[in-house]
Amino acid sequence: MFSGFMTNTWTVATIVAVVAGVAGFFVVLRGSAFVADALPTGAFAGAAGASLIGVNTLLGLGAFSLLGALGIGWLGRRGRHDVAVALALVVMLGLGALFLSFSVEYAPEIYSLLFGEVLGISVNEIAPVAALGAVCIVAIMAMYRPLMLSSVMPELGEAHGVRAHRIEMCFLVVLALATSMALPVVGALLIFSLMIGPPAAARSVTDRPFLAMSLSVVLALATVWTAIAASYESNWPVGFFVGTIAAVCYGAGRGWAALRQSRLTRSAPIGGAHASRVPA
Amino acid sequence: MTEQRVAASRDGRGSWNSRDDVLSVEGVSVRLGGREVLHDVRFAIQPGEFVGLIGSNGAGKTTLLRVILGLLPVGGKIRFAGTGIGYVPQQIHLDPDMPLRARDLVGLGLDGHRLGIPLPSRSRRKLVDEMLRAVDAEHIGGARVGNLSGGEQQRILIAHALISRPGLLLLDEPLANLDIASEQEVVALLARIAREQRIAVLISAHEVNPLLPVMDRIVYMAAGRAASGPTDEVIRGEVLSKLYGHHVDVIRVHGRVLVVAGRGDGLDIPVRHHADTAIADDADTA
Amino acid sequence: MRAVLEPGFFDSAPVRVALLVGGVVAVVSGIVGTFTVVRGQSYAGHALADISVTGGSGSFLIGISPLWGFAGTSVVAAGIMDMIGVRRPRGRDLATGIVRGAGLGLAALFLYWDTTHTSTTGATITILFGSMFAIDTSVIGVVAAFSLAAVGIVAVLYRPLLLSSASTDLAVVRGVRVRIAGVLCLISIALAVSLSALTIGAILSTALLVGPAATAVRLTSRPGLALIWSALIGLAATWLGILLSFDSYYWPPARRGWPVSFFVVALILIFYLLAQARRGRDGKRQCSPGS
Repeated sequence: MFSGFMTNTWTVATIVAVVAGVAGFFVVLRGSAFVADALPTGAFAGAAGASLIGVNTLLGLGAFSLLGALGIGWLGRRGRHDVAVALALVVMLGLGALFLSFSVEYAPEIYSLLFGEVLGISVNEIAPVAALGAVCIVAIMAMYRPLMLSSVMPELGEAHGVRAHRIEMCFLVVLALATSMALPVVGALLIFSLMIGPPAAARSVTDRPFLAMSLSVVLALATVWTAIAASYESNWPVGFFVGTIAAVCYGAGRGWAALRQSRLTRSAPIGGAHASRVPA
Repeated sequence: MTEQRVAASRDGRGSWNSRDDVLSVEGVSVRLGGREVLHDVRFAIQPGEFVGLIGSNGAGKTTLLRVILGLLPVGGKIRFAGTGIGYVPQQIHLDPDMPLRARDLVGLGLDGHRLGIPLPSRSRRKLVDEMLRAVDAEHIGGARVGNLSGGEQQRILIAHALISRPGLLLLDEPLANLDIASEQEVVALLARIAREQRIAVLISAHEVNPLLPVMDRIVYMAAGRAASGPTDEVIRGEVLSKLYGHHVDVIRVHGRVLVVAGRGDGLDIPVRHHADTAIADDADTA
Repeated sequence: MRAVLEPGFFDSAPVRVALLVGGVVAVVSGIVGTFTVVRGQSYAGHALADISVTGGSGSFLIGISPLWGFAGTSVVAAGIMDMIGVRRPRGRDLATGIVRGAGLGLAALFLYWDTTHTSTTGATITILFGSMFAIDTSVIGVVAAFSLAAVGIVAVLYRPLLLSSASTDLAVVRGVRVRIAGVLCLISIALAVSLSALTIGAILSTALLVGPAATAVRLTSRPGLALIWSALIGLAATWLGILLSFDSYYWPPARRGWPVSFFVVALILIFYLLAQARRGRDGKRQCSPGS
């Protein structure tokens, strides 16, 4: 499974896992699970549209994901946040279905876009993916402090001149790029599992940001590698393994946290607002 | 404990276990999270009485109210006689989008528990209008509950509680976020309702002064314990000192009351000032 | 008129079935959806829809209609959600996301098995994007039963649900069994989601549940009227969608017709945005001082 065209898959998958691990840390921190779910479906529409026109799919993905991100940001400002995001998400899925209905290879295309495809990566995708990955990582590192501030203590961030809305938009854009990268391998519907499961598990183990991020990347790598290997061997879809392993990661993280909690002696006064921010 | 009983029987309204009590709380104790939040609370309310439940945050007022309403399990007995309890929570949080008008919420006070599709009924509508009038809220009847201001919402909640003609109206800290003028309005409104409709009113507050003019009786709470009786008999140094468990002075100034308590570590902190001076509370929250 | 209503529209049997079933489903979704939105449970509807994908995919493997697969999994999931107390806070968002991911992964597996082990074709499309024009007439009875159950629940519980969405405390004091009402409402949502999964597909069904309802609550402040508007909007979107899809049969580029679920969903969004715009215009008037 390590020969020939599979090396492309391994390479791309590794880059994807690293980015997912890092970006996912903030997704979990900010509780943007819903948004992280919405973007990939926009990417799905993009991929469908791009494959229709015959453009290099990554470009189409990227473009539509960006549109999706901006759309969500815009819609989220007006009206009820959840309803807006939900409707936008659904329309993008509908658009994807529409675009794919124009092409001949309707069903298999939809399937691999939604659930991932181990064999579909070509060698000229590696460079763009690597570039995108680098951009994502650099962007996140550049935004690190304002991002942390606005995620954990928005009011304090505001006081420091961090405009929450702008950070949110920037982060959405990074997420859009990250999901475009991940989609061909993992599939639109399972990207958010990859972005939530490993980071959530990492955060259950440790609160320290860099440690949690590194652990998150490690777990994401483990998830993706296992999924690819298993999919190659069994022919079963990659998405299935990603979804299952991510769930196992998350469950293990929760179990660990619960175990640690019960072992701690019951001490009196609660530490303060920060404690309540940990979702896992 | 003896002090409280003496205070109650001295009020000349008959023993506190009398049969025409609207509400009788006997020996109620509640533990929450390992702490005893209420300890052997006992008092009774008679029809048409206006009773103030006074105490600072953490004294146990909200817990006591929730116990009376049946929202919390209780150790001890609560006897209730009469046509039902109307409950006015401090606030409810509704989305401005929620399709529920003020008059709809008031109407639900009448039949919110009934199953089946409601058929429009003229008598129901008249009753709702009547209630809205009683609380001076006719002009906001068609507004969405989520769009009402704090004071407006409060009136609607009062109407919601009243429409079922309860024997007892229970209000949880209705004065907490109001300015002085609104405070006086609400107190006057409630006193009028209690008088006109012979409804007993139990209103919790952390500030006794706004209620002084209208209270028939007071239930004063501190650290989960309560003393009840006529205001003058309960708001006294020796009674409150017993309640708090350490020395407390009561000062009267221009018809207003100031209670000054000391903490165990010797600090003197005024428990209550006049309503518009906000003082950080010394007790831990319940 | 001829340009809009292509000849043969009403003559076509699949179209008639689509109008009937699609219409009923739209009305049910609109009604149940209003309660969903009012109770702030849109995310639950979304989660149930995703979970029903798994059930629907599995249904082909055991040879039953996808409707049973959708309904079976989502009703069970509704029960579980109620038991473990799935509510809004952040932690729950993540947990639901993970569960949905696992469910979708499983669905991927089932769909894979569908194509390799059974003789079904196009299972993926049917489950995900619905089968509006390919509804088996034998399920019409089941559709009717589920519809009656879903609407029946919220009709009977109309006032208790309304009161408990305004305030749980007030409802409890009034004597409402809040817990039971809650789980029954979730089940009703599960049924509604399953029905619309049949017509426009499981991953699009949230639109029919939440969209018309969210639009309706912007148009009126009266609960009863909101229900009616919601049903009408859903119905309009569905019937118009069917019409447009039928008309699009000769449209470019593929001359195969555009998917009906796309039209329905797009129309729902358009109606929602129209209502948003209207509210934005006169929304200032509704704000009262101090709120």
